[in-house]
Amino acid sequence: MAQRVGIIGFGQTYHRSHRDDVNGVELINEAVRAALEDAGLTIDDIDAVVIGNMDHFEAVNYVDTWSVDGSGAWMKPLIKLTTGGTTGSTLGIAGYHHAASGLFDVVLVIGWEKNSESDTTGAIITCSDPIFDRFSFSGALPGLAVEASAYIKRYGIKEEDAARVAVRDRAHGANNPYAQLQTPVTIEEVMQSPMLSWPIKLLDICPRSDGAAAVIFAGERKARQLCSQPAWVHYTAVRHSHTYFGDVDYTRLHTLEAAVQELYHHMGIKEPLKELDVVELYQPYSFAGLKWIEAMGLCKPGESPRLIWDGVTDMGGELPFNPSGGVICTNCIGATGLLRIGEAALQVMDRAIGRQVPDVNLALATGFGGAYWSDLMLLGKKPW
Amino acid sequence: MTDIAIVGMAQTPYRRRRDDANFAELIYGVTCEALDDAGLEIGDIDNFITVSNDFWDGRTISSMAVQDACGSSFDGGRNVSTVEGDGTFGLLYGMMRILSGAYQTTLVVVHCKGSEGNMRLITNGMFDYIYTRPLGIEATGAAALQARRYMDKYKLTEEDFAHVSIKNRGNALRNPNAQLAETLSLDQVMASKPIASPLKLHDISPISDGAAAVVLAHRNVANKLGRKPVWVKGIAHCSEAHFLGDRDLAEAPALRDAAFRAYQMAGIEDPFAEIDLVELYDAYSYMEPLWFEELGFCPKGKGAELIRLGATAFDGPLPVNPSGGVLSAHAVLVAGLARVIEASLQIRGEAGERQVEGPVELALAHGINGPCGQSHCVVILGE
Amino acid sequence: MEKVELIHLRQDVDLPYHWAAGRYGSMMLRALRDRKVILGNRCPQCNKVYVPPRVVCGPCFVQPSEVVELSPAGILAGYSVVNYPFIDPETGQKRPVPYTYAYIKLDGCDNYLSHLVDETDPSRLYPGVRVEAVFRPDGERVGRLQDILHFRVVD
Repeated sequence: MAQRVGIIGFGQTYHRSHRDDVNGVELINEAVRAALEDAGLTIDDIDAVVIGNMDHFEAVNYVDTWSVDGSGAWMKPLIKLTTGGTTGSTLGIAGYHHAASGLFDVVLVIGWEKNSESDTTGAIITCSDPIFDRFSFSGALPGLAVEASAYIKRYGIKEEDAARVAVRDRAHGANNPYAQLQTPVTIEEVMQSPMLSWPIKLLDICPRSDGAAAVIFAGERKARQLCSQPAWVHYTAVRHSHTYFGDVDYTRLHTLEAAVQELYHHMGIKEPLKELDVVELYQPYSFAGLKWIEAMGLCKPGESPRLIWDGVTDMGGELPFNPSGGVICTNCIGATGLLRIGEAALQVMDRAIGRQVPDVNLALATGFGGAYWSDLMLLGKKPW
Repeated sequence: MTDIAIVGMAQTPYRRRRDDANFAELIYGVTCEALDDAGLEIGDIDNFITVSNDFWDGRTISSMAVQDACGSSFDGGRNVSTVEGDGTFGLLYGMMRILSGAYQTTLVVVHCKGSEGNMRLITNGMFDYIYTRPLGIEATGAAALQARRYMDKYKLTEEDFAHVSIKNRGNALRNPNAQLAETLSLDQVMASKPIASPLKLHDISPISDGAAAVVLAHRNVANKLGRKPVWVKGIAHCSEAHFLGDRDLAEAPALRDAAFRAYQMAGIEDPFAEIDLVELYDAYSYMEPLWFEELGFCPKGKGAELIRLGATAFDGPLPVNPSGGVLSAHAVLVAGLARVIEASLQIRGEAGERQVEGPVELALAHGINGPCGQSHCVVILGE
Repeated sequence: MEKVELIHLRQDVDLPYHWAAGRYGSMMLRALRDRKVILGNRCPQCNKVYVPPRVVCGPCFVQPSEVVELSPAGILAGYSVVNYPFIDPETGQKRPVPYTYAYIKLDGCDNYLSHLVDETDPSRLYPGVRVEAVFRPDGERVGRLQDILHFRVVD
């Protein structure tokens, strides 16, 4: 029988550029132990395990079966999902359906990556079509640069506008003891950082990280029994359109627009800026913090710089974005989308120590990846 | 018993190399056929599950190749997810997304082309990179260890396993989709090329290309369609330890556990008496009796004897792999969903020349993940 | 915490693949090799022309039945001068940089072809600039997208 689902626990590792002190299985275990401790559970309480990453970053095939010692999935139902950058959000959504289906009551969801163990760009390149795209492709950056330059040209956006987004997230990251980058930066520092691919500079983009995240989902009865304030899952929406990068319309993020419209329509959200209380946006570079909040309907196209400069998305603003510091402070790819969900859950549960937004009723977490794909999960204080 | 039915299905023929079709072309073909089979159109599908493996495809985010072809990009895009594992696990997750109340119909598609990569390197990649991988172990080498341990523990012989190959390759003669269909003699199997002792060429499944698709629907939709629905009556999955040295390879406790829970869901008490047909994941000949025993059809160590006596033959009391099984066609990932499709065709009475005699009211399909069947999914299908 | 030595294990995985281009891809690559022609195909429903030609138009879910010979020229829709080092999975070696990665909108086509432009001077590169394909000479084309050596700016 279908049941409502709440998040009752979240654990994450300390994220660093190199976690040489642990192998992959140990890194996974660090997040799992943290999540179990957070929920006050033991591994015996877990009915099913969901895990994922991007295979080519560590070159481990069948990660689900390889990592059983770390994930705690020994003699438990176990499944692996992977969808690129959206892997973490894909995993969280799978955790929701595991419990919501009524087949399992308490579900442990794990996303992880050790980006230090391969050539990150070399591994990302293998996501492109081997016959038509791969020889010319050079990773995530050029596509984003095309997106950013088209956006700048169309709306007269300034590089400083994007720098302000990076400054916001780096300032927020200083509040998060788990973040890889915890030092604030200034507009000048962003503007003067090395140009990687115009208009994107070093401090506009995410780092590459080693890290893992684990989130525990539970069906309504168990969630109420085990947790005083679960973060209830209200809705999920996903768009993974496109097969070739050449099919993407770089002037708009259609997948986010479509997913957001589905979610707002279903939830009856008419004024997202007013109705949402916090957003953990999978924002791999600063320009996305402008263009994509327009795709989310928070303002008209081209108007996002005003929101950003007015501090609307800062801590203390009307709709804070990325209190955790977001992807610009930490990007362990297979974990990144799940970190968004875990951090959003902490906000709803009123447990985001040092980075709590007051009175969060509704929190939105997003995922981004693949050929410009988008995932959403909306969490709330009361079951929907 | 669940509220989910299989209402449409399709699979490609399995062949050593399909140069005529890339992944998208394979998936577009089975998607259209499965929709036709269900009497549905792409617009009727509100949820998609693709199943693929980045190592086999040589592409991280391997699902990207088939998003258009499976229909998930249709009309502004639909909700979709991707499982990396056997097709039975894709079926399971597709079911969950309907049972959660989120969607009414789900298309599950799976593809794999064993021909395009290097099986030994790809399966070497599933072992631990610090302790096991440098030894050069891969799927067949690990399977050989399991076969040997199983023989030693239960006093079985290579001839016992040879009878599995003889039966399944013989069954495949009735299946136009099979890749290897032949009448084998005991001498032929025993004299076939040694690959990794005790496994010989005819003990081992072939490398195949292929794809499959299944349309799942909630009871509310399934009962309105013209076709006879095949109900998922029980389903369960489970994984055991990873390091081969942590396991007794002659036992499969994860399969025992998954079978127990699937039977419970389906209300099955005596599987041998109640189940009419079995399609299980026989990647190597010895796997059929080993899995058969752990599924509770007979005591441990007695599976081979039942096979030799013909109990699991095409015309026996409990046919096992009347399709020819994985030993006759092994598109990795696809193979588990192919088991589900074969069992479903038998329930519908539409298995053509390979339709077994007598009604098939209840059937079991099975898929595996990881080395030596570390993780299992058991599916009970019925009228 | 006590400082201990932490060990890295290096493995350079050489994983070979033999990808089938399939019916549509083979058609395109044959035309490149034999005739120096770039092919696309048109969706009968939305009328969009796609390159490379493919089995299905994703948004319409119908087969783009009509094969279209595309112009070897078009405009630069977006580009990036790539200047950071990385391992090329095609070769296992560092890919030579700088090079210009480009989305090219061929005349008569509705989506972009990903390819290279033999120009790294930013003053000559801007969205909308005309580019055309430079093919490898006869005898050097083998049936792959690199049979187009690169695109060049024409102004």
